[in-house]
Amino acid sequence: MDRVKDLASKSAAVIFTKSTCCMCHSIKALFYDLGASPAVYEVDHDADMEWALRRLGRNPAFPAVFVGGKYVGSAKDVISLHVDGTLKQKLIEAKAIWF
Amino acid sequence: MGSKSFKVAGKVYTSVADSMPSFIANSNGAEGNTGQSSRVSNVGPHEQSIGFRGGAYNSTSLINQTMHPDLQFSSYEKLQGQNISQPNQVSNSDTSTEDPDDKIQSFDVDPSNPFMASGSNDKQKDKFPEQKTQRRLAQNREAARKSRLRKKAYVQQLENSRLKLTQLEQEVQRARKQGVVISNTGDQSQPNSGNGSLAFVAEYSRWLEEQSKHTSELRAAVTSHKSDSELRSLVENATTHFNDIFRLKKIAAKADVFHIIYGMWTSPAERCFLWIGGFRSSELLKLLVSHLEPLTEQQLASIDHLQQTSLQAEEALSQGMDALQQSLADTLARDAPVVPPGSSGMANYMGQMAMAMGKLGSLENFLRQADHLREKTLQQLHTILTTRQSARALLAINDYFSRLRALSTLWLARPQE
Repeated sequence: MDRVKDLASKSAAVIFTKSTCCMCHSIKALFYDLGASPAVYEVDHDADMEWALRRLGRNPAFPAVFVGGKYVGSAKDVISLHVDGTLKQKLIEAKAIWF
Repeated sequence: MGSKSFKVAGKVYTSVADSMPSFIANSNGAEGNTGQSSRVSNVGPHEQSIGFRGGAYNSTSLINQTMHPDLQFSSYEKLQGQNISQPNQVSNSDTSTEDPDDKIQSFDVDPSNPFMASGSNDKQKDKFPEQKTQRRLAQNREAARKSRLRKKAYVQQLENSRLKLTQLEQEVQRARKQGVVISNTGDQSQPNSGNGSLAFVAEYSRWLEEQSKHTSELRAAVTSHKSDSELRSLVENATTHFNDIFRLKKIAAKADVFHIIYGMWTSPAERCFLWIGGFRSSELLKLLVSHLEPLTEQQLASIDHLQQTSLQAEEALSQGMDALQQSLADTLARDAPVVPPGSSGMANYMGQMAMAMGKLGSLENFLRQADHLREKTLQQLHTILTTRQSARALLAINDYFSRLRALSTLWLARPQE
């Protein structure tokens, strides 16, 4: 978990993915489209990190999205926040994007 | 063309051999065309023509018109009897030189009225034996040939009608199920899809019925200018009900994701616009704007922004679906087409399949997220609109989908040539 937190705080937008997960691909695409350049970490080969992220409680656990060091959630959360404008706000606050 | 039975509008008809006389002989519904001469004498002229009951058969009316009262059925029967085994001709060329003692009533045959007896009798026949006989026989043959062709055409028409009828029945059935398509292979009883989809069909029908109730209530409230607070509770109820479909879809997708995601539960016209198991909210917003006017500048801007937002999310999900498709194809295409024999080959194959299975599993998540996007977008819309506008929006959405469903029903029931 520490490693997760560490990585999550290093960049404004962070997405933890698994190589087999196509939804991760979608969320990545959304972030790129918003102008954010998220740091993407594939956790296929890191059982500890994977386990830590699963413990955050979302199902499916991936993609696991952090903005401004804080856990946002999985695809469903990202979509909710995106539609009501909160996601963009958070990204601006975290200086991932400027407008 | 042999004898066969077929059904037209529930009645069984038996087609008979080509020769017209055999047709007449058996036209009272008897099976086959073998020696039924004994029947003929018992049947009057008009009954003879009822063979194709209710059918518009040119030759039938032709027989009616041309059946000359003088025509002796017994002698006709004899003529008939000679032709049973040689179904091609009214008068058999093999017997054309038959003895004059033959009781066949001679008559001049007009090609278009093969059975018209025009009063010639045996005496005349004696005067010009060969020539006249030959001419007559030739005319008979010609007439018979034409009759056969007519009959063939008619039977073909009947066959086509029968097929069309079966198709129509099926389509009506389908349309009754709200346009839910039953696959052409008829294999609705596949283990997974059978139970899941059938249950959903019932749920969806119920949902549609309740949806129309909510819509009627809402419409009555809007037109009677009810107060905002009354309207609000109606809008909330209608919205809650509308969102119920997403819950139903989610449950059904667990049983059969393909049935839901590829819109097998929707009507054909709705399926034109299908995007990951349902409608595109960005498109719906575009359609709604004209129904919601007058809108304030702020509202217009917000709706426009919402539309863009939704579109962004839709594109992202679409990209994920494309990646899924590509990945699935790659997985399955990975090894050489022929799996090498031996345990390692089989292990590869199983591994490949397992991976592909995992990918298919993620379809359910895509459907869920697509529905989530739809629900959230509409929810967001309602925050932009006034209560009255929300009511009108709900009515407009319902009307739009009702029309798509109605279009589908019409389409499925259309006459096909």
